[in-house]
Amino acid sequence: MSALATRGLNKRFGSLVVARDIAFDLPRGARHALIGPNGAGKTTLVNLMTGLLSSDSGEILLGGENIAALAPEARVRRGLVRTFQINSLFPNLNALEAVTLAICEREGSSRIWWQRVAAHSGVIDEAHGILSSLMLGNDCYRPTRELPYGRQRLLEIALALSTKPKVLLLDEPAAGVPRGESAELFAVVSGLPPDISVLFIEHDMNFVFRFASRIIVMVGGAILLEGTPQEVAADPRVREVYLGKSGRGGARHG
Amino acid sequence: MAVAAISPPEAIMRAQARWRPIEIAFWLATLLPFWLTPDYLVLASQIAITALFALSLDLILGYAGIVSLGHAAFFGLGAYAAGLIAKHGWGEPVTGVIAAMLVASIAGYAASLIVSRFRHLALIMITLGMGLLLAEAANSASWLTGGADGLQGVKIWPIFNVFRFDLYGYVAYSYSLIVLFVVFLLARRIIHSPFGLSLRGIRENAIRMPALGAPSRAHLRKIYTIAAAIAGIAGALLTQTTETVSLEALGFQRSADVLVILILGGAGRLYGGLVGAIIFMVARDQFSGNTPQFWYFWIGALLVAVVMFLPNGILGGLAKLTARRSRAS
Amino acid sequence: MIGVLFDGFAYGMLLFLLSVGLSVTLGMMNFVNLAHCAFAMIGGYVAVTLMNQWHWPFLATLPFAFLGPALVSIVFERALYRRLYGASDLDQVLLTIGLAFVSVAAAAYLYGTIQQPVRMPDYLRGSVTILGLTFGAYRLFLIVVALGITLVLVGALEYTRFGAQVRAAVDNQRMARGLGINVDAAFAITFALGSGLAGLGGALAIEIVGLDPSFAFTYLIYVLIVVSVGGLGSIGGSFVAASLIGISDVAGKYYVPGLGAFLIYLVMIALLMWRPAGLFGKR
Repeated sequence: MSALATRGLNKRFGSLVVARDIAFDLPRGARHALIGPNGAGKTTLVNLMTGLLSSDSGEILLGGENIAALAPEARVRRGLVRTFQINSLFPNLNALEAVTLAICEREGSSRIWWQRVAAHSGVIDEAHGILSSLMLGNDCYRPTRELPYGRQRLLEIALALSTKPKVLLLDEPAAGVPRGESAELFAVVSGLPPDISVLFIEHDMNFVFRFASRIIVMVGGAILLEGTPQEVAADPRVREVYLGKSGRGGARHG
Repeated sequence: MAVAAISPPEAIMRAQARWRPIEIAFWLATLLPFWLTPDYLVLASQIAITALFALSLDLILGYAGIVSLGHAAFFGLGAYAAGLIAKHGWGEPVTGVIAAMLVASIAGYAASLIVSRFRHLALIMITLGMGLLLAEAANSASWLTGGADGLQGVKIWPIFNVFRFDLYGYVAYSYSLIVLFVVFLLARRIIHSPFGLSLRGIRENAIRMPALGAPSRAHLRKIYTIAAAIAGIAGALLTQTTETVSLEALGFQRSADVLVILILGGAGRLYGGLVGAIIFMVARDQFSGNTPQFWYFWIGALLVAVVMFLPNGILGGLAKLTARRSRAS
Repeated sequence: MIGVLFDGFAYGMLLFLLSVGLSVTLGMMNFVNLAHCAFAMIGGYVAVTLMNQWHWPFLATLPFAFLGPALVSIVFERALYRRLYGASDLDQVLLTIGLAFVSVAAAAYLYGTIQQPVRMPDYLRGSVTILGLTFGAYRLFLIVVALGITLVLVGALEYTRFGAQVRAAVDNQRMARGLGINVDAAFAITFALGSGLAGLGGALAIEIVGLDPSFAFTYLIYVLIVVSVGGLGSIGGSFVAASLIGISDVAGKYYVPGLGAFLIYLVMIALLMWRPAGLFGKR
């Protein structure tokens, strides 16, 4: 049984079809990449899977259970978590508070109003642990808006990891990260626990070829093909779709 | 404050929630009117009541990000509840306040079912509409509320049968101040709790919260109900200390005034409403005089100035100033 | 009944003139301008001053009731509003309420708080008989003016390049900018036009509801209701909502006077819950 799968997922806005009969499988522990030109519907697919957008038809199976009718928060509780293409953080909270918040929500202790947060030392230690493993341990007391962009991107992932996901959807994790800060990001991504199933959306082919064992190509709201990185790189249809944008390593998304 | 990673994170979080000396100084200073300005204790009690009302708005606006133009609805409900109970024979103040709080909470919960589902303009309009609706209903139901003349015949018994409300406001101020302090302690607890952290999360980024599995709407309903309860308590205090209730307790003017007060002091800092109330009420007492238009001209100009130059209110401005000074030294 | 419908529709047309500017600018820039009815009030006072102090004929004052507030709005927009386009709803609400307070206080200082006495020209007083039914002449005039303006607005929006730019900006601001449309300039012009129309509405309102400084807030509430019910950025939505509110209000006060303004607020809340973006709003 795959960790995440969709069957016949469809969505349209009037005459614009953004998702066409998507059938997709993400096995347990996988590291798969979803690529495609702008407007192909990659982020839309993530929105459909996470519940930000409701599908017109089709099933979304998380560990075999159809979650298509569930609210976004409910899907997160069942272990399906995503990060955002553009950082969606809490500007005035510091990283420690943000991750503590995520953990409290996970544990259900967010309903507690009569005790100080500081009293929950287990939670805070766990938060600090997560942040340290993502190399944010020293920066965690500064307000998020003061952190450099690359660090914020790591925090984006830290928040997602705090929910103890079973399936993690990373939406362009490398986007906007300056070259000097990308090493940390790459280290974090390689260090992701092996039992989490990960799907990345990415344009950065360096990233894709480094981390993905399988690539899915989407065009115009539908899946064009999928295969190993070598198969996809060699496929003439893929090169055609990108119209000269490099399908081989070295192309960086600006 | 920059810290070396020596102190464990827990200790730092603890330090954030600790009572600062300036807070203790503030609360001690609230006792000063008894000695320094004994002629103004009635005004002082009104300030304490307004501060409590502003505190309740801070919980939903400053911490959860709900912009409400109709919060006086709960203040007014509390005021009329306390007034009606006293008018019909039960003038005991403490139980009156509790009853008023319950009435306001129920209304707050009912309203929260609607309010928690909207944002931006729709939310502003719905809160405005609900406030106006209640004010209109209160006006029409003059058999219950006394209409434009207000509620007559409200008689309050002495507190615990000992402390009679006197003309000089001694008891009124003590009573209001104690209630304010107790509720403040509660609010402070809430802010520093995991629930309070979630509220700030909603205010900072409402979209991210469901993506973390947070039941945002349930959180909003909870805080809205709590804020309504506190506003109700403030309204009840007003009725009990003045032995009157009138329609302006639930009017738009009161909702607008409390918003101005909170923004003036600085929302999201717990003390903003208190500081704003002191400044606003004292200034109004001194300057309003015979020409209310004159007063509103300056309030308007002040609002414009605060938004353009002091977006976080007076407390925010002070915080920035002290931060800059500590960075320079 | 026809009488109530007619009066209601006339009142609705007045509300439409007052609201349309706010609806479009809100739809374009999402800027919550609660000083909008202060512009209406200014237009009213411009008309009053011209008529009572300088003895101008009523019709001649109307263009200036439009221009005055339009110019004032340009000043406000340059100096203040422009800095807050990206700011929170709350900040915009507070700034514009502050400006409204200042305008109201200034008006009270200059003109006092009593209702301004005005005298309409004879040809607009009394009633007109059409097809055996009598209609108030002034209200008829109001309806004609409003419908005329609606036609001009819709025509401009649909058939001019500027109108196309406005529609693009309302629909998707980021995309419009990306296409090279100068959204800021379009907004400034639209804002001035909207404020001017509000001013015109204010001048026309004197005969129907009277003018005193509280106009800026009393009618703000109705305008906000029309805008939120009609949908942001929609002229058609404002038209329909204004007619609906106008007729409900007059009918309500006529048939069930006990309920008064009660009904309007209930209708608004119910409609907003059903369609938070308004009847004709986006999404």
